[in-house]
Amino acid sequence: MNFELSEEQQLLQQNARAFVKQRSPLSRARKLRDGALDRALWREMGDLGWLSLPFAEDVGGFGGNFVDVAVLLEVFGSTLVPEPYLASIVLAGTVLARAGTPDQHQRWLSAMMEGRTIVALAHDEPGHRFSPRPHSAVAVAVADGYRLRGRKEFVLGGQHADVFVISALVGGEPALFVVPCGTEGLTVRSIRTIDGQGAAMLEFDSHVPSDQRLTGGDPGDALDRGLDAAAAMTVAEGLGVCRSALELTLSHLKTREQFGVPIGSFQALQHRAVEMFVEVELVRSILALAAARADHDNPDVRHHATSSAKVQLAMSGRFVAQQAVQLHGGIGITDEHDIGLYFKRMHALTLAFGDEEHHVRRFGARPAFTDLRANS
Amino acid sequence: MDLSFSAEDNAFRHEVRAWIRESMPTDIAAKAEIDAHFDMADVMRWHKILFARGWVAPHWPKRFGGPGLTATQRFVLTEELELAGAPALSPFGLSMVGPAIMQFGTPEQQERFLPPILRGDEVWCQGYSEPGSGSDLASLRTTARIDGDDLIVDGQKTWTTYAQYADWIFCLVRTNPGAKKQAGISFLLVDMKTPGVEARPMLTIGNTPAFCDTFFANVRVPRANLIGPLDGGWTVAKALLGHERTLIAAVGPSQRMIRRIKRIATDTTDGGQALIDDPAWRSRIARLEVKLQALQMANYRALAGAALGHAPGPESSILKLRGSEIYQQTFELAFDLMGSHALAWFNEPGVIPELEQWVASGYCYNRATTIYGGSNEIQKNIIAKMLLGLPGA
Repeated sequence: MNFELSEEQQLLQQNARAFVKQRSPLSRARKLRDGALDRALWREMGDLGWLSLPFAEDVGGFGGNFVDVAVLLEVFGSTLVPEPYLASIVLAGTVLARAGTPDQHQRWLSAMMEGRTIVALAHDEPGHRFSPRPHSAVAVAVADGYRLRGRKEFVLGGQHADVFVISALVGGEPALFVVPCGTEGLTVRSIRTIDGQGAAMLEFDSHVPSDQRLTGGDPGDALDRGLDAAAAMTVAEGLGVCRSALELTLSHLKTREQFGVPIGSFQALQHRAVEMFVEVELVRSILALAAARADHDNPDVRHHATSSAKVQLAMSGRFVAQQAVQLHGGIGITDEHDIGLYFKRMHALTLAFGDEEHHVRRFGARPAFTDLRANS
Repeated sequence: MDLSFSAEDNAFRHEVRAWIRESMPTDIAAKAEIDAHFDMADVMRWHKILFARGWVAPHWPKRFGGPGLTATQRFVLTEELELAGAPALSPFGLSMVGPAIMQFGTPEQQERFLPPILRGDEVWCQGYSEPGSGSDLASLRTTARIDGDDLIVDGQKTWTTYAQYADWIFCLVRTNPGAKKQAGISFLLVDMKTPGVEARPMLTIGNTPAFCDTFFANVRVPRANLIGPLDGGWTVAKALLGHERTLIAAVGPSQRMIRRIKRIATDTTDGGQALIDDPAWRSRIARLEVKLQALQMANYRALAGAALGHAPGPESSILKLRGSEIYQQTFELAFDLMGSHALAWFNEPGVIPELEQWVASGYCYNRATTIYGGSNEIQKNIIAKMLLGLPGA
């Protein structure tokens, strides 16, 4: 057992830290709130190899794993880098890589890994909470392809996307279609989100050529893996977010004076800060499990790890975010102060790819949960 | 990063597991099955069985009789013993005074005291807290005044766990009343059979006789029983508290409790439905299991760091804090699942299922886990100061 980062991972961490310090400090996240994406920076991430990090070499990827991605995303979380890495690379990319044929990888995944296009997965539908399957979006075979109809909501990264991967039912079974932005019959409405990163709502009644249906793998499995990878990696970004929130809070406790002394000398506040620290360490600990197993082939093992981590992030991350605002006092409630940015991003992360209740239920529904022979 | 144990460590785990299955006496195994209370005779019987196998003191250096296991093997051994529900050995000799004697004792003291601890021939208890000195330990008032080659001890120690069975007690005593607090304290070993020593057991809220008050009236102790220099006891006491405590997270016992919780939730029905099939109860169990999973990963991080020879990192300081709380929460959940059964208190068999018999007592007694070894509030003071760099009051 070994929790150390490899030399390559340490190097990646150093590079990522230097990168965000120079190119995407927290002030950038504030400036880009509800705004347009900086395509040049995304392209630069592609040149650095970061956008191909989790993909196998045989699809043109870097051949890394989700521990590598976790290293990167923790750093991104620390300054709230607004690029849609989680939504595009981790979620849409995993689904595309798992469900696409080599031709389809060549056509869409390569451009995504180079940073030339942004891909988003359009999956969630009104009336269903965090379901791994499509429900009301349907595709019917027509001449030269499919008629794809339905609605998708809260498509993360969708307001920036050049290409969508849309899940729909074909004959009652999940299927995946690649639909470029600008396809006739597709409307993309950008919306603002609590964390300023935005999303899109989709409506579509479009003709999709046959070769845009992903046919290289089981779509249901690809969706499940994509959602698990994304859920696990929210925990990595969430760790970065709560570490920074704790750092800001500690610095406030050490410098803010009341009653003639730094408020961090008061035991009530010290103990609260210790509770925050403990929760951060628990997130860091469970992330090791989630990152190592985010792409495990056995779904039970994968679900156990990702759901544990997602539940722990929801419990710990929210506590840290709330107490960070509390310990800042009135200034923490102002938009001007940065702590609120972390507070809001944390809430977006705990909701993304399954909230606490969803993952508690999934954790408890695994067959192993009630197998009392285990561990005896 | 690699979360798996090596093939050698897994083989060692199987060896330990098989040995426990073969070596645990049937009456102890029966108690382990329902996590019943082990009395001191059970504990010492198990101590001697482990001693015979060479595994009683996995953390002791080889030259003092330790088995020379790697850090990971020590962890695996302890984890397997916990998961099997084996009696927890008395820590006062093996984990507390033993290592202190190794670090601060003379060769004569080491030769005199360490072998009987290892064999289980001499049982130890701890004389730290006093009625007026709990968290503020350095305010202690038990005195030892020099009289020739002896010290004369007067005072009272409390929470001296299992002092009624102990052969020896290690004490912090004030040897220099003129010096300020920590500076005038010595670390002294006292034979419990010395005239003037009296241990009076008291019941805990779990109805078990774990605690004692121990009184010292004009007790004559040879000066040779000082560990470390006269007035230098605080250094010994601090080192003793700082000894490696990677297993303080109690992950194994909490895992056993989670399993017991699921068995109780499976056996307990409400209107024909097992509680484990009720979404509200199942969610509560799942949340607790997730918290324990995170704690276990923190414990593994501490272990992996120790195996690489690193100093304990920030993760190890949270182990006692959360480990003690989660263990309490497992008892609380088991208690809650039992419904009215939780009212039953030390009845003859048959009133409530055997599996539930010790839950209420354990729930009550284990409120102690967040108090002993430095209360969790004291732990937080230390973390605030040492790790977070927050200013003193």
